[in-house]
Amino acid sequence: MTLNNVWVFAQGNNGTISSFTAELLTKARSLSDNVSAFVAGDGAALADALGKYGAKKVYSTGDLGGRLVGVAAANAMKSQIDGGDKPDLILFPQNYDGRDAIARLSVKLGVTVLTNNIDIAVNGGEVVATTPIFGGNVLFAAAFTGSGPHLASFRPKSFAAEESGGAAAQVVAVSVPDGGATAAAKVTAVHVEETSGPKLDEANIVVSGGRGLGESQNFGMVEELAKLLHGAPGASRAIVDAGWVPYSYQVGQTGKVVKPSVYIAAGISGATQHMVGMKGSKNIIAINKDKEAPIFAVADLGIVGDVHKVLPKLIEALKARG
Amino acid sequence: MKVMKIVVCVKQIPDPATPGSLDSATNALKRDGKLILDDSDAYGVEMALQLATAAGGGEVNIVSMAPNNETSGMRTALAMGAVRGVLVSDPALAGSDALTTAKVLAAAIQKVGMPDLVIAATESTDGYTGTVPEQIAEVLGLPSVTFAKKVKVEGGTLKIDRQTESGYDEVECPLPALVSVTAGVVEPRYPSFKGIMDAKKKEIVTVTAADLGVSPVGWSGAGQKVASVTQAEARKAGQVIEDDGEAFNKIVAFLETLKVI
Repeated sequence: MTLNNVWVFAQGNNGTISSFTAELLTKARSLSDNVSAFVAGDGAALADALGKYGAKKVYSTGDLGGRLVGVAAANAMKSQIDGGDKPDLILFPQNYDGRDAIARLSVKLGVTVLTNNIDIAVNGGEVVATTPIFGGNVLFAAAFTGSGPHLASFRPKSFAAEESGGAAAQVVAVSVPDGGATAAAKVTAVHVEETSGPKLDEANIVVSGGRGLGESQNFGMVEELAKLLHGAPGASRAIVDAGWVPYSYQVGQTGKVVKPSVYIAAGISGATQHMVGMKGSKNIIAINKDKEAPIFAVADLGIVGDVHKVLPKLIEALKARG
Repeated sequence: MKVMKIVVCVKQIPDPATPGSLDSATNALKRDGKLILDDSDAYGVEMALQLATAAGGGEVNIVSMAPNNETSGMRTALAMGAVRGVLVSDPALAGSDALTTAKVLAAAIQKVGMPDLVIAATESTDGYTGTVPEQIAEVLGLPSVTFAKKVKVEGGTLKIDRQTESGYDEVECPLPALVSVTAGVVEPRYPSFKGIMDAKKKEIVTVTAADLGVSPVGWSGAGQKVASVTQAEARKAGQVIEDDGEAFNKIVAFLETLKVI
């Protein structure tokens, strides 16, 4: 059984869609032959890229003029649905604007949300979404009850993106109704924190540091090792909260989900919050002083030792190889 | 000068240091033991206290929803300096979804009296649905700025640095509004001894969903049901060795076998 109509909350810029959007479109294609992308922004510029991943149609609000994406997207979706264009299911990315949009829309439609999912399926007429709980040790599947549109959000990298080879999506211009007081917030400036090297959630190798590094200046070892391996540096929530590194470095439940070929955890004990973001890595190397640290339960190679001794030697050895 | 009125939504959760479990009958998250203030909410309470001080005077109220008239986490917030709290505790609320939770908390906020500012964490540590703050804003008809990592109020306008995928946005928003704050936005104070003693005397009003006029709630109000609960495939632990000063060679060798160096 498939669904008649599925929407994906889609994002991108400069004609390129986000990898997250490509993942969700790929999944949506397996649920319905009628997949549309909904862009709170210039959807026309993304029509080619969205079509490549199977979107037949792209709803486009056009430039938002500094309004926040979440509330504008929810208003535009609600207006489209009220007009009779009603999807069975809308897939959202579990990220900043995706979360805002799904939350606002849920109140407008009076329907529940299922968030943090890693899978979704149609089983005997029910739409069932699966979320990992207790650090991913248990899979919790919930079915929507009542009528749609059903609203579900997903963690990044839940699905492997595959092109469908489709033609450019047909652009449908939609207006954003006046949100009144709810839409009063405005973006006045945008800041991009430049990082050199590969992006954290796309890197083939990730080297992350945690509290075990002792003090913020020691994060330099993590950055150096990441650079030597042509990878990206990451961090546990503990040292992000402590202000050692920006939030954009954070790996975990409230940060980025990474699935690199190699993940090196240096001085990270392996709190549930962190494990959720990295245990899908193909190979995990952990260095920690405490041999009881939970991180060793998921590590392919665990070194019980002092990061201040192991990391400098490792860096020297890699440098010596040239 | 007008006193700034702030309401902070807080969650009282099982100690995250103890492993979580599901109720065998309902598959709901077990929350029947002693509950503590969610760490993530300490940042919101601190932010509220600092904004009230910066405004030259203010009043910080706490709202929470918890089973069994649990108030120990709220007392922590009161000990930090909040003036009073409203607790919604009602067996009928068991099994409520995020939308119902938001409606209940929104009604509790209205019971306190519409504030200038509502503050929440971005998500709870135990359930982490992550939509409740924005849902509360929608129910109350408020603008919202989520994932705030810096918050100040200037001339009745919020000025916020909001986290984004690539950095942050500067956002301006008129009051009244809702803000969800990230961990680390401020350094939460430790309650003083005097604060702890004073908190015992502060008022916590306990109400039910019916008192607030919110229905349906609980399992019957939730637009979802449990389909299945299964054990995930466990990742197997590999080799663990003690560093003898040469363990770095093991890492080099492992990276070689993976052909990444």
